[in-house]
Amino acid sequence: MSARFLTLADAIAEHVHDGACVALEGFTHLIPFAAGHEIIRQRRHDLHLVRMTPDLIYDQMIGMGCARKLTFSWGGNPGVGSLHRLRDAVEQRWPAPLQLDEHSHAGMAAAYCAGAARLPFGVLRGYLDTDLPAHNPGIRSVQCPYTGETLAAVPAINPDVTILHAQCADRQGNVALHGIVGAAREAALAAKTLVVTVEELVENLAPAMNAILLPHWIVSAVAHCPGGAYPSYAQGHYERDNAFYLHWDAIARDRASFLAWMDAHVLRSVDHRDFLGGLLEDAA
Amino acid sequence: MTACTREEWMTIAASRLLWDGCVCFVGIGLPSAACNLARLTHAPEIVLIYESGTLGTHPDVLPLSIGDGELARTAACVVPLPEIFSYYLQAGRVDVGFLGAAQIDRYGNLNSTVIGSYDAPHARLPGAGGAPEIAAHARQTFVMLKASPRSFVTSLDFRTTAGYLQGSGARARSGALGRGPCSVITDFGMLAPHPQTQELQLCALFCGVHVEEARAAVGWPLTLADHVGIIDAPEARELEILRDLHARTRAAHAQPVALPL
Repeated sequence: MSARFLTLADAIAEHVHDGACVALEGFTHLIPFAAGHEIIRQRRHDLHLVRMTPDLIYDQMIGMGCARKLTFSWGGNPGVGSLHRLRDAVEQRWPAPLQLDEHSHAGMAAAYCAGAARLPFGVLRGYLDTDLPAHNPGIRSVQCPYTGETLAAVPAINPDVTILHAQCADRQGNVALHGIVGAAREAALAAKTLVVTVEELVENLAPAMNAILLPHWIVSAVAHCPGGAYPSYAQGHYERDNAFYLHWDAIARDRASFLAWMDAHVLRSVDHRDFLGGLLEDAA
Repeated sequence: MTACTREEWMTIAASRLLWDGCVCFVGIGLPSAACNLARLTHAPEIVLIYESGTLGTHPDVLPLSIGDGELARTAACVVPLPEIFSYYLQAGRVDVGFLGAAQIDRYGNLNSTVIGSYDAPHARLPGAGGAPEIAAHARQTFVMLKASPRSFVTSLDFRTTAGYLQGSGARARSGALGRGPCSVITDFGMLAPHPQTQELQLCALFCGVHVEEARAAVGWPLTLADHVGIIDAPEARELEILRDLHARTRAAHAQPVALPL
């Protein structure tokens, strides 16, 4: 099956359903903000969201009531502080209670790797003498059949849908990404359905020796969405807007200012281009 | 003595602990400043690894996040995140791991998960990130954390990351491969584990700081190591390089980013 080229709105409408397990991956880099915003616009809810670092995009989706459960390993605003909407959901159950499935980075990486390989669990030397297993029944232990060593086990992550942002796709729907890739490749290969937004469409991609290329027959849909990672970034296209990440702290600290910002910028914009245009007007 | 802030002193004290060629797993904030200062002063061959997958990186400005483009652009190579944790960290190829936390106890165990109970927390913190496995697998760890009775506590609300557990050899019996937290760099000086009990003791004070200040900032009855050293004030060159680094960083982060339109 070859990838289909859809608008982002059609890709989300077709592939992201209420109640689904959805992973928007990208470790600081290539975070699919445009796709997250479209999920908010389409008012998806009861989602089980999966991301190593929820970042601003899940802060926004949680605050807008999209999520019932979060699988994650570090939930802060990098270099800035708290994700206030995530905190409010956990501490005050606003706008809805949020079930946590909490890991360490190493544990979650192992869970994605197992998912990509269609193994039932990942194994690591991890979680040693920490309180995490007592609060997450998924974190268990397994004995090495050769040495008897006790190792940590984590259940494989196999999202219904993984959504990535990437630099480039070709006419067939092969997707190329470079720079900091986090666990994007593993999350893509672990998913039942893979949706990708890209900066650029090209006729053909150069042969990708040792590079990260997601072949067209594992990609369900490609949407051309320039700037789709903003305020995260796309190496070679635009920089991370660190000032926006700093500014988000004040916007998200308060429920009313958060809702007003989301309404003005996300709900009232028709698509990502319109969203970016609104920010440009604000800056003028 | 050159006037400096305690934060600058902490950064400089931590950078002096690093040696040339050492392979260092860096965290954002003070550790990142300390590691890059070491690289720009006495340890030009230090290997900096950030958990985002950048190996051997030489950032010109400090990153705001663990995954800024600056880290990728200036790295020897960039690898997928699972490789960093399994092939490098878990495989024992990291000399020093840096950790921070909201709370530390007298045995160097750390909390970065919640204040209060897990299910109904008073304050939900970001969580574990890479810390539990950095603490287990790096050959040694350095903890950087400003001291107050609220952060240096007798009992953690949650153990995110294991240090010496209950002390007296408990860590060695636990199967953790790394030695554990060998230095805690704080804003009055440094603590280090007692050789037998592994209780964190005062091992060095910043020059001019009194032991009473240290005792007042620590929530357990702080004991003194057999020898309490003095940490020299920053040298002019160290301060100049650190301040230049921060100035470059501020200027870079203040640059408006063109919207990708």
